[in-house]
Amino acid sequence: MADPTVGPLTLRATGLTLRAPIFSNALNVVSLVVIGAFAACAVFAPLLAPYDPLAQALGARLEPPSAAHWLGTDQLGRDIASRLIYGARISLIIGIVVVASAGVFGTFIGLVAGYAAGLIDETLMRVTEVFLAFPPLILAMAIAGALGPSLTNAIIAIAAVTWAVYARLARGQILALRHREFVEAARAMGASRARIIGLHLLPNAIAPLMIQASFDMGSAIVSAAGLSFIGFGAQPPTPEWGVMISEGRNFISTQLWLSLFPGLAILLAVGAFNLLGDGLRDLFDPRLRRTG
Amino acid sequence: MRFVGFVARRLVGIAAVMIGVSVITFAISHLVPADPAIAALGDHASAEQIAAFRSEYHLDRPLPEQYLTYVGGILRGDLGRSIRTRREVVADLAEAFPATLELSLAALLVAIVVGIPSGVWSAVSRGRLPDYLVRVLSLVGGSLPVFWLGLIVIGLGYYQLGWFPGGGRIDLFVPPPPARTGLYVLDSLLAGDIVALASALRHLVLPALTLGYFSTAVIARMTRSSMLEVLGQDYMRTARAKGLQERIVVLRHGLRNALIPTVTIIGLTFGSLLSGAVLTETIFSWPGLGRYATASAVSLDFPAVLGVTLLAAVVYPVANLAVDVAYFWLDPRTQRG
Repeated sequence: MADPTVGPLTLRATGLTLRAPIFSNALNVVSLVVIGAFAACAVFAPLLAPYDPLAQALGARLEPPSAAHWLGTDQLGRDIASRLIYGARISLIIGIVVVASAGVFGTFIGLVAGYAAGLIDETLMRVTEVFLAFPPLILAMAIAGALGPSLTNAIIAIAAVTWAVYARLARGQILALRHREFVEAARAMGASRARIIGLHLLPNAIAPLMIQASFDMGSAIVSAAGLSFIGFGAQPPTPEWGVMISEGRNFISTQLWLSLFPGLAILLAVGAFNLLGDGLRDLFDPRLRRTG
Repeated sequence: MRFVGFVARRLVGIAAVMIGVSVITFAISHLVPADPAIAALGDHASAEQIAAFRSEYHLDRPLPEQYLTYVGGILRGDLGRSIRTRREVVADLAEAFPATLELSLAALLVAIVVGIPSGVWSAVSRGRLPDYLVRVLSLVGGSLPVFWLGLIVIGLGYYQLGWFPGGGRIDLFVPPPPARTGLYVLDSLLAGDIVALASALRHLVLPALTLGYFSTAVIARMTRSSMLEVLGQDYMRTARAKGLQERIVVLRHGLRNALIPTVTIIGLTFGSLLSGAVLTETIFSWPGLGRYATASAVSLDFPAVLGVTLLAAVVYPVANLAVDVAYFWLDPRTQRG
């Protein structure tokens, strides 16, 4: 049934054209605006940042927010606003790389397991279960600790603990779809396995994966900041949000803003991705839309 | 019998997962690019010292043999010796585990006591101010970095207001209660030591609130969503038609049914509590598994890191099994299989 509030954006899902009222919900709009602002900061950081994020000004150490420094300066006189803006770039890259690599790998494993069934399915799902058995941050810390502390290794570690969810989701979708008429029809017409998986199953299984991706953008940003905070991720002087919170830790009793602003930036970015995930889930699952 | 068979099948599944877990933890220990012998002994160690170290920790054997030695050790309850503390890893874990368990249980208690009533309140006030308030707080709770929240909470509760201690499990001048369970609150109660109890509780407040906020948000959201579903059911209308008070309808007929998915979520949040404990314990100098793992990882003490990882990987599926068992009793439909 047509919804009079449908906005200009429509999404294609579950084989049907779903006219998605993504802009009809105020919270969805808020989340998209925040994500847009976050992405703009990341892309245009050199144009938006008033100062060099690494430039030290020891004469202007620990200054509170002012007209010259909107969010104050840190213990080395670096402009916190500029570091936050450059930090958006790092966080966005972390989110995209983690979600893209874990999403593609996990989805591939799930598609193969779900379609092949039998022993291959059993084996792949047992391996997936093993990865799901670990509390993510502890496993990520063990991997990042073993590989050595760096942002790249933190990204590898987070991707390594994230892929299994996609494998399980994709497999579940394929199991639900593999005996549907349109798949049987493609098979009867002689379509190859790769064609059936790539052109018929994957596009119809994509909705829950997209929802998961939105949530994982947020959790990847938090995990990377957490690893940096305890010393296993980005290293100083990188303007990464977790590093900034860690550096502000010694000034928490006197200069709270050093840690306050990077934390708020994480909260805003992660909250927006979680809100978008909620919005997408509501769009794709009408049952949830009813219960609100 | 169905129940016994169900638990037995799950235990076999957990054992299979544990084999995989041991392979992964072993593989991680061999990703270490730096030489653990040099990391432990320092750059100036002699070749003999390094050789002796490598021999003591079986680092000079072929990989398959090292793995078998490792698994054999695990089965005997021997996780090796910590390079950093020079003690048996099992002894270190046994000492640190009760601290993490106490913190996690306190956080879970906060989450249940605050999360379930908030979820119910939000559902029965759907579309009104309390609903929006709970939803916003849940969204914030689900998006907050726990280490940042910990810092802010210390900044306010310790530095600004001075109401609570900034770290540790008990005041320096208060002797810990005699160890029976390792949980200071419980041990103080058992010993009737009011001073230790008060100190342990005061130390627990800030870290438990910090760690519990995320789970509170998750539980509130789940309770709200399942309550909304239950509130629209026919039996709720029947209960109202019988003339029952709204409070009784909501709590006795609604909440009891809505709690089933919430129980699942409570079990699942245990894993996130363990992850969150790593960061929370680091901030609050809480001497549990998380702080032990962090300190060990920094010093490339892989027997210790792997011990924590292994223990965490056991706790998670066992917590899930406990939830499934609870589910089995709570929801008769699952017993029909």
